[in-house]
Amino acid sequence: MAPRTMFQKIWDAHVVRQEPGQPATLYVDLHLVHEVTSPQAFDGLRLNNRKVRRTDLTIAVADHNVPTDDRSGGNVVLEDAVSAAQLDALARNTAEFDIEYYDMYSPNQGIVHVIAPEQGRTQPGMIVVCGDSHTSTHGAFGAIAMPIGTSQVEHVLATQCLSQSPLKTMEIRVEGALPTGVSAKDLILGVIARIGVDGAQGYAVEYTGEAIRSLSMEGRMTLCNMSIEAGARVGMVAPDETTFAYLKGRPHAPQGDEWDAAVERWRQLPSDPDAEYDSVLIIDAAEMAPYVTWGTNPGMAVPVTDAVPSPSDFAEQQDRDAASRALEYMGLEARTPITGIALDRVFIGSCTNSRLEDLRAAAAVAKGRRVHPDVYAMVVPGSTQTKLLAEAEGLDAVFREAGFDWREAGCSMCLGMNPDVLQPGERCASTSNRNFEGRQGKGGRTHLVSPAMAAAAAVAGRFVDVREWE
Amino acid sequence: MEAFNKITSAVAALDRVNVDTDQIIPAQYLKLITKTGFGPYLFDSWRYGPDRAPKPDFELNRPGYENARILVSGRNFGSGSSREHAVWALVDYGFRVVIAPKFADIFHKNCFENGLVPVIVSDDVLEQIMIRAKEQPGWALTVDLEAERLDDGAGFSAPFVVHEDPETHAFRRYTLLNGLDEIGLTLRHEADIARFEAARSR
Repeated sequence: MAPRTMFQKIWDAHVVRQEPGQPATLYVDLHLVHEVTSPQAFDGLRLNNRKVRRTDLTIAVADHNVPTDDRSGGNVVLEDAVSAAQLDALARNTAEFDIEYYDMYSPNQGIVHVIAPEQGRTQPGMIVVCGDSHTSTHGAFGAIAMPIGTSQVEHVLATQCLSQSPLKTMEIRVEGALPTGVSAKDLILGVIARIGVDGAQGYAVEYTGEAIRSLSMEGRMTLCNMSIEAGARVGMVAPDETTFAYLKGRPHAPQGDEWDAAVERWRQLPSDPDAEYDSVLIIDAAEMAPYVTWGTNPGMAVPVTDAVPSPSDFAEQQDRDAASRALEYMGLEARTPITGIALDRVFIGSCTNSRLEDLRAAAAVAKGRRVHPDVYAMVVPGSTQTKLLAEAEGLDAVFREAGFDWREAGCSMCLGMNPDVLQPGERCASTSNRNFEGRQGKGGRTHLVSPAMAAAAAVAGRFVDVREWE
Repeated sequence: MEAFNKITSAVAALDRVNVDTDQIIPAQYLKLITKTGFGPYLFDSWRYGPDRAPKPDFELNRPGYENARILVSGRNFGSGSSREHAVWALVDYGFRVVIAPKFADIFHKNCFENGLVPVIVSDDVLEQIMIRAKEQPGWALTVDLEAERLDDGAGFSAPFVVHEDPETHAFRRYTLLNGLDEIGLTLRHEADIARFEAARSR
């Protein structure tokens, strides 16, 4: 057989039907559902008198709308009636269609892309889908994990299959070792800054190379998570000992003899040595630095040691126009040093950077220091389980003593759908994934950074090069 | 899904690149649990001032664009969030066609699911359309999916595709022309799905 990429191997193993000139029908192993992109899909099932084909391969969780104030009393009242209606709809729909559902009080609750890996549900070789663009996160395990729209959510609920045309493959090979103080978040921001927000459009990206092999599963999830910000629906990393060590013993991972058989299968997944990609990008890890976004898309990023660019730096008129609009929206002058930008808010959380390792990285910077008096800083664990683990090792105390607000799990201030929002004009250092206009609240100004950079910015009240603190 | 054959309409020009779905429909409006009713919030932050008065300098508020059912914009239209609400908002507002040189993947797929026709043209053709739509507000264009052509009846004519891949283009053109529901298509092959499942569980 001709050498195949990991993407091709997983694809081939899931083809239910393929007719020439038509999209393939692919079988889905795991379908994750949340409250925002599912109500219209369940309505569609009802209208057509259709059932959910595989309730055992489907789970649902409340994450986007949930408030992150103390929920321990179990009596949260949502002030926003429309948010409440959306959460009620998910509770009703999952009960009616017999789907396992974690509501905001469940110990298994959290951001959909945090809980599935944490429970061991996301596994190598799977096809995972979810009505959320950051589904690419799960590719960190060596899975094809694809974001889908609501119509496709309905399609998967009804058929357990996805109708999908092939994607081209791109290898992003990161050679060498990342310098100290440079995280997976900085790496992906650096990649997007280089190739642009549509640089991987139409591709499934596989990240390879020494720097990737050295990343933890959390780091790989951060990397794959933001693949969509370069336009790629799929980001993936080949499974290895790091993957197996992470999965072993998790509640939904295979157990006993099944575990050994599964690992044996998973070892066959990595791309064959001679497999060809449609496109290859080679990056020298040593060139990477902590990145900060200055504009209104994730590709508008520079190293922390640089300054805000001028529109005249761009070759094409449309990019100059976009940069001008971005500077105006962000309230920034060209040539301002990044370390000269003062902040009002800091957000540590989101499906990009809210896992235990992220919280540890931020806490290591915060320990023994104080949040700047002009800054309100919040830490939002990605899941209730992550929160409990962090508390068990005392991270909550580190954050609280430093003046951070330690909150309950949810999507929080990554997107303006719950009470955690920026006020117009507020400037925020955020570990989330999108700095689009109004993303964290209408008129809010978002700068994307790593967890360590965010914690350091909270303390200094402006951006600092965290490498100088380590 | 409503079938599409051809329309003639004014073209509204939104001359920006990387228009993301957070701008098309901001997150605070994603809470409706229907597929309709999103039109009033389309491009909400760009479209309205603080008092919800239409901003005169926002492109879609220009005189001549009121009844446009065709939108033309720059590359990577629909980037970012997977929210199908972005397509529902465009459709609810009245658009049936979006013209761009390149669409973001998820948005692109969502268009086909809702009968919004994603017209892909070369950079050169885009520029010609953009100039006409900007300089002559109300300039009307015919989008003929059957013939795979754009024509203004006044000398401008150009071919288009709805997908860069020729086979996918042919398939999607067919489903758009016939208003076909993809779930129905897949469920015709229920036996194949059942066979796949049985083979797996052995």
